[in-house]
Amino acid sequence: MIAPVSPALPPAPLAPAVEAVAANPFVSLAYLVAGVCFILALRGLSSPTTSQRGNRFGMIGMAIAVVTTLVTHVPLRADALPPGNPHDLMIDWTAALEILAAIGLGAAIGIVTARRIAMTAMPQLVAAFHSLVGLAAVAVACAAFLNPVAFDIADMVVPMIGQPFASIHVVSRVEMVLGVAIGAITFSGSVIAFLKLNGNMGGKPILLPGRHALNAGLLGAIVILVAMFTRDQSPWIFWTITILSFVIGFLLIIPIGGADMPVVVSMLNSYSGWAAAAMGFTLHNSAMIITGALVGSSGAILSYIMCRAMNRSFISVIAGGFGASDAGSSGGGAAVDRPWKRGSAEDAAFLMSQAEQVVIVPGYGMAVAQAQHVLREMGDLLKKEGVRVKYAIHPVAGRMPGHMNVLLAEANVPYDEVFELEDINAEFAQTDVAFVIGANDVTNPAAKTDKSSPIYGMPVLDVEKAKTVLFIKRSMGGVGYAGVDNELFYRDNTMMLLADAKKMVEEIVKALG
Amino acid sequence: MDFIAILSIFVLACFVGYYVVWSVTPALHTPLMAVTNAISSVIIVGALIAAAASSGATGSGVAKWLGLAAVVLASINIFGGFAVTQRMLAMYRKKEKRS
Repeated sequence: MIAPVSPALPPAPLAPAVEAVAANPFVSLAYLVAGVCFILALRGLSSPTTSQRGNRFGMIGMAIAVVTTLVTHVPLRADALPPGNPHDLMIDWTAALEILAAIGLGAAIGIVTARRIAMTAMPQLVAAFHSLVGLAAVAVACAAFLNPVAFDIADMVVPMIGQPFASIHVVSRVEMVLGVAIGAITFSGSVIAFLKLNGNMGGKPILLPGRHALNAGLLGAIVILVAMFTRDQSPWIFWTITILSFVIGFLLIIPIGGADMPVVVSMLNSYSGWAAAAMGFTLHNSAMIITGALVGSSGAILSYIMCRAMNRSFISVIAGGFGASDAGSSGGGAAVDRPWKRGSAEDAAFLMSQAEQVVIVPGYGMAVAQAQHVLREMGDLLKKEGVRVKYAIHPVAGRMPGHMNVLLAEANVPYDEVFELEDINAEFAQTDVAFVIGANDVTNPAAKTDKSSPIYGMPVLDVEKAKTVLFIKRSMGGVGYAGVDNELFYRDNTMMLLADAKKMVEEIVKALG
Repeated sequence: MDFIAILSIFVLACFVGYYVVWSVTPALHTPLMAVTNAISSVIIVGALIAAAASSGATGSGVAKWLGLAAVVLASINIFGGFAVTQRMLAMYRKKEKRS
């Protein structure tokens, strides 16, 4: 029924700019340079001393990519397109101003948000930003579907009957729907992650009956629709894929609990990269492909690191339900009757001021209580007394990778006093006081000994090896995220400091001063 | 560029990403997420193309507005992402020399 366009028909009027791009090798070169800048941006993060230079490389790369696109895709007036005479084209100033206004609007919102956001809210912010990448990818993919000629991914086809239409290349169809699907999953997943991290939605996993079957069914439907879309570019298939993807992103994240969020945020980070890469394939743009691959692998590696730090498989995290109420009720009740020691702020101040080395173990509780600044004050006072103060960070402490490091940096703790699990674990045996603030499961010795424990095998900080453990906790009743009681509380060398983390540290500071 | 050429760039970039990201110090994992977020907004390139496409073809009107919306979203990410990364990185300090 349809015949390919004959050479006599001028396809040019619709896309003169695109042809100019294809002809100019400097444009591809510019995108490549942008991609290399992005690699250097990540490379800079290997050390805090080079990181700021790296970030500047990122900005330069982005500027190159944006300016190149702006220059090569100047909006032209439709009524002033003389076929075959691209030099007389007239710039559509209204459209050009609209684009610049859109960039300015985004810049204003972005910069104000970045300046105002509290460091403790960083996980939410990152989740929100991921959702924007996802939504932008969806919008771009939809635009590419609606106006494929502008993206140079379609041939004009003149059927025997009816209007000529743009037939999208089969490869581009697959790339496009992958972009829209991954983008939509990133968007709705990130929105849920944001709501959970921001406290608008409870941190407890929400378990729908038959959710695995439902997800598998939806995924299967998407795969079938993608296959159909390669044969038939009907709008209904495209839109159905988009909607199903939004739904699946939502369903994927709601069963995952609050403390598994480091994995989720990393995973969504990865997805946002793959979405960008898929669109890069659609647009044949090397900057987008390189970036997508970088971001995709970055998120994947971070997810892997987080899973390893919890000794859980990626699949088990994604399946969700960890820390749901059924795990929490067992075991906790009997254990509360066991004897434990309670200490006061004065006791803690005395013990630490007499110590040679104090290792501080912060966790999510420190972020919630906003105790990082007063904690640093405590560290300074101890240092004045001649005590060596170090910080020990478990990879999954907090709600996103590196969360604790940023908070300590915000409080002016020098980064060379902050150590990762594997670098400091051997030192606890020579430590006088381990000061646990807002962490719980990551210090539980049961992970090393109790095979029945849900956290068995998880690498933990060996705080119990220190001469004394000071453990700040709001009350003895609650359990950690994993829903297991912490062996540490009942040890002879543990002293429980029952109070709000910030108040307790403030009192210790008073007692020290 | 043909598909295989693009695929080659992609595959090689995945390897580069693998090695570069493993060399990132864990202390900077949060800035890493913020900056990857900013650079993945290079998707703005597609948004700009859609927004700048000349009207006339069917669906190009809606496509243009989708493009403009995507330009706003991606710009928020680009400027916000780089700014917040800069803010975080500026906080990382070494121990001051004993006076």
